[in-house]
Amino acid sequence: MRRTGFYVTCAALAVLFLFPMVWTAYSSVHGRQADGTEGFGVDNYRRLADFGIGIGTYLVNTLVVAVVAVTVTVVTTTLGGYAMARLAFPGRNLLFIVTLAILMVPYTTILVPLYILLGWIGLQNSLVGLGLVMAVLQLPFGLFMMRNSFEALPVELEEAALIDGCTVGGALRRVLLRGVLPGIVTIALFSFLAAWNEFVAPLIFLTDGEKFTLPVALFNLSVGNLGSVDFGALQAGVATSALPCVVVFLILQRYYVRGFTSGALKG
Amino acid sequence: MAALVLVLFVIPLVLLVWMSFNHWPLLGASQPNGVENYSALRDPLFIRAVWFTLKYTVVTTIVLGLVAFGLALLVQRDRPGVGAFRTVFFLPSAVGLASTSLLFYTMFQADASPLNQLVEWLGLGHFDWLGTNGSALGSSVGMITWRFAGFYMLILMTGLQSIDPGLYEAARIDGANRWQIMWRVTLPLLRPTLALTMVLSVTGSLLAFDQFFILTGGRHDTATVVIDIYREAFLSQDLGRAAAVSVATLAVLIILNVAQLRLIRREGR
Repeated sequence: MRRTGFYVTCAALAVLFLFPMVWTAYSSVHGRQADGTEGFGVDNYRRLADFGIGIGTYLVNTLVVAVVAVTVTVVTTTLGGYAMARLAFPGRNLLFIVTLAILMVPYTTILVPLYILLGWIGLQNSLVGLGLVMAVLQLPFGLFMMRNSFEALPVELEEAALIDGCTVGGALRRVLLRGVLPGIVTIALFSFLAAWNEFVAPLIFLTDGEKFTLPVALFNLSVGNLGSVDFGALQAGVATSALPCVVVFLILQRYYVRGFTSGALKG
Repeated sequence: MAALVLVLFVIPLVLLVWMSFNHWPLLGASQPNGVENYSALRDPLFIRAVWFTLKYTVVTTIVLGLVAFGLALLVQRDRPGVGAFRTVFFLPSAVGLASTSLLFYTMFQADASPLNQLVEWLGLGHFDWLGTNGSALGSSVGMITWRFAGFYMLILMTGLQSIDPGLYEAARIDGANRWQIMWRVTLPLLRPTLALTMVLSVTGSLLAFDQFFILTGGRHDTATVVIDIYREAFLSQDLGRAAAVSVATLAVLIILNVAQLRLIRREGR
């Protein structure tokens, strides 16, 4: 009896949680089509593709930001995490504390000076500049995670590689990276989701319509034209924007939960 | 890495404080003007934004906390199929907040949405989900709960699972009923986890932007503090005043964070 109750409750809740997504996916391919009939078709996507300067450009822009953010985050936190765990250098603790301080300072409060600063260094209205800012926001979590990953590997592993004739760089590349790979995947996943979905930073930093990322372009679509909003195209846009996240999450779920329990909770 | 942190974090932080003491238009030259910008904190629009943000934070934290805790209790035990349910409850958290807001904007505004069809079918006519301060607040809290419940469920579940099952056993042998076990065993041991979820929810809600910017655009007095910063900076084009509001917000959040972290540390022992 109690078991049935559990499954009924869970199933009802599951419907509630899935419903908005399923409805969006369904209505994105259903509705009034160009030939005047009501039914299935890709018309919403066709109108979406033609929105603004074309959804393809916005997709590429978003991808550029995400790739810059993921690459920079992974490279800096891997090298940084290694240095924090293995090397003694002056200012190590200071750097670690300052990086963790990023967590205490909500980035929305430093967006205004960042906007000015990016202008000074010529990265205003730049997808690379935006990607770098997104990477910095991921540094505390990533550095923490990678330092712990490297510390969990026995030093003997590295020493053995060095004795066998590896250079320090070679040992890092061939031996240690294998060991910390799960950590790297976790960080890449977190920074991808954050960069792909970011809204307020691109809204402020990107002033040129050609540079807009998907969330900003879709927001403009939702504001509508002369009071009428093309909800069909908007739903197609939401589906396009959400699909990569859902797929990536489902594939890498294990790593997500890992990052959660090791990084977020013990911090 | 040090260079990145310096250029994109430390310098902006210093610049933020400096900007708050300058007349700094969006375009054109800036010059020091003392504490004049801080009059933005007495602006009625700002004060209304603060009240709305606080109201939103309290309601969200309570509703979201209760729903997530319920879900965590439901799925904490391993049994056949429970993993699939955990994944489903978590799935909305993989979708971006802006996408979620656009999805629900359609849900609330499109006549053909199931929500509006249901209201019509019930004979309630047309309900404006975002048309008043109260309904916009309720709608947003509902949406945020859908988006974040699975995320907080996961944190709370991890906390629940780390409680030694022997303690429940001992309580049961001593004749405790389920309510007593909940109040005397589960909740006290879960306090550090509960505090963590509270910190995350409070900080996140105080900085709310996407949901209200997209759903209402700040209309009907639903502007939050961050929307106020945005308005000062890019609509009034006064970056100095925006910086002053940012400094004040930052100061409050740091004090709040330090206080809450102290609380967690103490309870953790």
